[in-house]
Amino acid sequence: MTSFGNAPNYCGDTISTKTFLFATFFEMIPVLRLFVRILPLAYLGLFYFYPLFIIFRLSFAPNDVIDLSAFAELVTDDYYRRILWFSTWQAAVSTILTLLIALPAAYLFARYHFRGKTLLRTIASVPFVLPALVVASAFSALFGPRSQGLWLMLLAHVFYNYTLVLRIVSGFWANLDPQLTQAAAVLGANGRRTWREITLPLLMPSIGAAALLVFTFCFGAFGSVLLLAGPRYATLEVEIYTQATSFLNLPIAAALSLLQMSATLLLTILYNRVQTRTAALNLRAAHRIQQPVRGWVRWLWLGVITSLALLIVSPLFALVLRAIDAASVLGWGAYGALFNQSSSALFGVAPIEAVQNSVLYGLATVILALGVGIPAAYLLNDKTNTRAIFTILDTIFMLPLGTSAVTLGFGYIVAFASPPLAWRAEPWLLPFAHALLALPFVVRTLSPTLRSIDSRLRDAAQVMGASPLRAWREIDWPILARGIAVAAIFAFTISIGEFGATLLLGQPNYPTIPVVIFRFMGLPGIRNYALSLAMGCILMLVTAISFMVIERLRISDSEF
Amino acid sequence: MKIEQSSLVIFSSFLVACSATIPAPNPTSVVTSAPSPTSTAPRPASATVVIPAVSSNASPIAPPDVASALASPLLPTVAANLPAPPQFSGKTLTVVTHDSFSLNRKLIAGFERQTGAKVNILKSGDAGAMLNKVILSKGSPLGDVVFGIDNTFFSRAIDANIFEAYTPKGVEGISTDLRLDKDNRLIPIDFGYVNINYDLQFFKTKGLALPQSLRDLTKPEYKGKLVVQNPATSSPGLAFVIATIATFGESGNYTWKDFWRDLRKNEVIVTSGWEQAYYERFSGSSGKGDAPMVVSYSTSPAAEVFYSEGAIKEPPTDNILPAKGVFRQIEFAGVVKGAKESALAKVWMDYLLTSVVQEDLAPSMAVYPAVNAAKLDEVFAKYAPNVKEPADVAPDVIAKNREKWIQEWTQVMLR
Repeated sequence: MTSFGNAPNYCGDTISTKTFLFATFFEMIPVLRLFVRILPLAYLGLFYFYPLFIIFRLSFAPNDVIDLSAFAELVTDDYYRRILWFSTWQAAVSTILTLLIALPAAYLFARYHFRGKTLLRTIASVPFVLPALVVASAFSALFGPRSQGLWLMLLAHVFYNYTLVLRIVSGFWANLDPQLTQAAAVLGANGRRTWREITLPLLMPSIGAAALLVFTFCFGAFGSVLLLAGPRYATLEVEIYTQATSFLNLPIAAALSLLQMSATLLLTILYNRVQTRTAALNLRAAHRIQQPVRGWVRWLWLGVITSLALLIVSPLFALVLRAIDAASVLGWGAYGALFNQSSSALFGVAPIEAVQNSVLYGLATVILALGVGIPAAYLLNDKTNTRAIFTILDTIFMLPLGTSAVTLGFGYIVAFASPPLAWRAEPWLLPFAHALLALPFVVRTLSPTLRSIDSRLRDAAQVMGASPLRAWREIDWPILARGIAVAAIFAFTISIGEFGATLLLGQPNYPTIPVVIFRFMGLPGIRNYALSLAMGCILMLVTAISFMVIERLRISDSEF
Repeated sequence: MKIEQSSLVIFSSFLVACSATIPAPNPTSVVTSAPSPTSTAPRPASATVVIPAVSSNASPIAPPDVASALASPLLPTVAANLPAPPQFSGKTLTVVTHDSFSLNRKLIAGFERQTGAKVNILKSGDAGAMLNKVILSKGSPLGDVVFGIDNTFFSRAIDANIFEAYTPKGVEGISTDLRLDKDNRLIPIDFGYVNINYDLQFFKTKGLALPQSLRDLTKPEYKGKLVVQNPATSSPGLAFVIATIATFGESGNYTWKDFWRDLRKNEVIVTSGWEQAYYERFSGSSGKGDAPMVVSYSTSPAAEVFYSEGAIKEPPTDNILPAKGVFRQIEFAGVVKGAKESALAKVWMDYLLTSVVQEDLAPSMAVYPAVNAAKLDEVFAKYAPNVKEPADVAPDVIAKNREKWIQEWTQVMLR
């Protein structure tokens, strides 16, 4: 790239090493920039589009002759139309419910400070990582074994996705300059008008981002549908799974996957149409704005706490009670098996080792997802992007989340089979796959903030002599830090909760916590049930502790 | 072109970055957890691989016995007698299996010690997902051995032509009715029975008589008392449906569909998977469910005792085993065609039929060993009886009708 020969000479004839390095660094910046731009696309290309292409080719043209009869079947059989309709409406209802319940909390968390805030935010995130089997167990403990049905599934979707809206919206809201609303008030606007004309439009990018994620998640719902809605209902994801693993009918499964992906595609495009690109906003560091809870906000506080207690804490608590209850039959000593290497049901590996595996996979996913996701967010929000490019990139970064894990998993098996890509049995492939699912979260969390940073500030900083890195550190980082922490939390969550990853890839020799939960629950015997519940509690604990640690890091970072 | 190159560069740099962050296998758990002098001693091996000369007295109450037995100082002595270097050192055997597979890690470590090879267990989803992955990776096999194809998927696997014929040592010890493939491409390793479990306490306190046949389940006294699983998403669910097809037949004046229609009228409870059926709906397992009968396995009552490690002495549940109304699920293993470590895979197949492995199958997976001579653990022997006359449905008939049956069932039960 930069050869010594044509290195620009800034300091006359004698070049000190230091100056030379400095000069080279400047020379490198375009290269670095290019690297940063290509990285997310290369990652997606290799770990998403390539395996997907391979599996679609295998499904529709197994013998190099294209056969699209599966699509004809999709169109003619109205069974599939009903599945598409069910997937759509339940996702829409779940999204609306989640927004209704979580938005007031987002406001409270954004604008006020009160005791136990971090703890509450952490608890609200725990459901997101719990396997559907565990949630079904918790709900059955709460509502009795007969409870099954759509309302329970919708409730579970709110339970799961509450944290998405809370974190994404409040993360953005916290940085909004309150002077705008204050100004509106001074000019005579009443509360409702201020909300409608100032706050809501300003918040829309983050509310939209959260809603899009929640919808995509619910649209591809799997475990919650099977276990809570009951066998009468099927989403596209459930049907893809049945077709692919029970009937071994790949063409139909692949056609359904394409249908599912196009839904995500359409939705993201629609979202971008509706979404006006916000102009630069004057964002402020959150801690300067927040106020103590006073006056009518006390009622809001009470409402939020109550809804959190009912919706989030009580199922979690029911789960803990069940685990304790099982111990009353077996004695507490039964839980010693969690630390026992010779527990025969699990390869003779102490189940507790799974905690270490889960955390390590989680950390690897955070590093990968941020490493790819931050450049991706910058690439997406580059001011030189045309509207079309923006929409295309936005859709591309969103797609992995709206893609069937079974289908992609099959793609991995074939695509990463032979050298130089013979990776399918490698344990490191798992965090790469996790990061793929975490990427949409990272991009979506960072985008609203990034879009609102005034690039003139950066230019000004550079005019005044700051290096691009310095400018980034001084301008972008303080505002972005909160978003990055939220993104890191999501990436960690995705990994530790293993969304469809068991389906996505084979499980190598390192069992993670969800794998242990499934393993125990897959065997009869009250002790196995108790151990799986105990592992569920450990998963909650590990998640909560990890989140607390990440939040700690964030606070010390954002105040520099 | 340029983009491809840079993506490769980017990727390789990521590889380096990542390799530092992969959870390193805990060496004590992966290789051997026994304080083993064998690690320095010459290892046993030769053309014929010697299986540890220790019988596992796998006591259900104290599983550590297995560990201590296998790690006993006996092993090094055996090793010292066979000074030949391990035949497969440096090689890795990849065993593709389903998520429910389990085998005592000591046994895997034992295999690794004898052969010098490493064993990589690749869990690849449920049985259906696993089979599909194996079929998809036909050109460049996913692994060397596949474990866990059952008789509902048997014909699909055979027709896909993905297994190499190999007759492992000890195969003659397996009953011929389990050996479905005359060419020995797929070898039966274990089996289980899918049948109805009932809650002893419930039937006793209510003074309710047990159903004597499947047909009895449609009687009013059993209204809302049976939990079954959706055959589209659950393998015991499918097994039970097949048992009803074997019992009632597809034609005649009372077909299997008539039976299910009556069951539906009788408010049978349908769940998506076994876990929910057994642990949330069935009252016999955790005491929190509301239905006293569930479709499960004949080993489940024994498992309730076995896995409680002494806390429960008598099973809270028992089996209902109507003649020809029980499905026998057989699990097969086979050497993958074109396997990289074909020779090693064959040694593994031999190993699966040895008594140490066969006798660990019940404790590890709650299934019966396929080899007749293998001793069934005493808890399983006592509470998990062998079924004399299981439903007789040939695997090719299942393969041919699988999708049709599931769709017909769905039509009757869920629409």
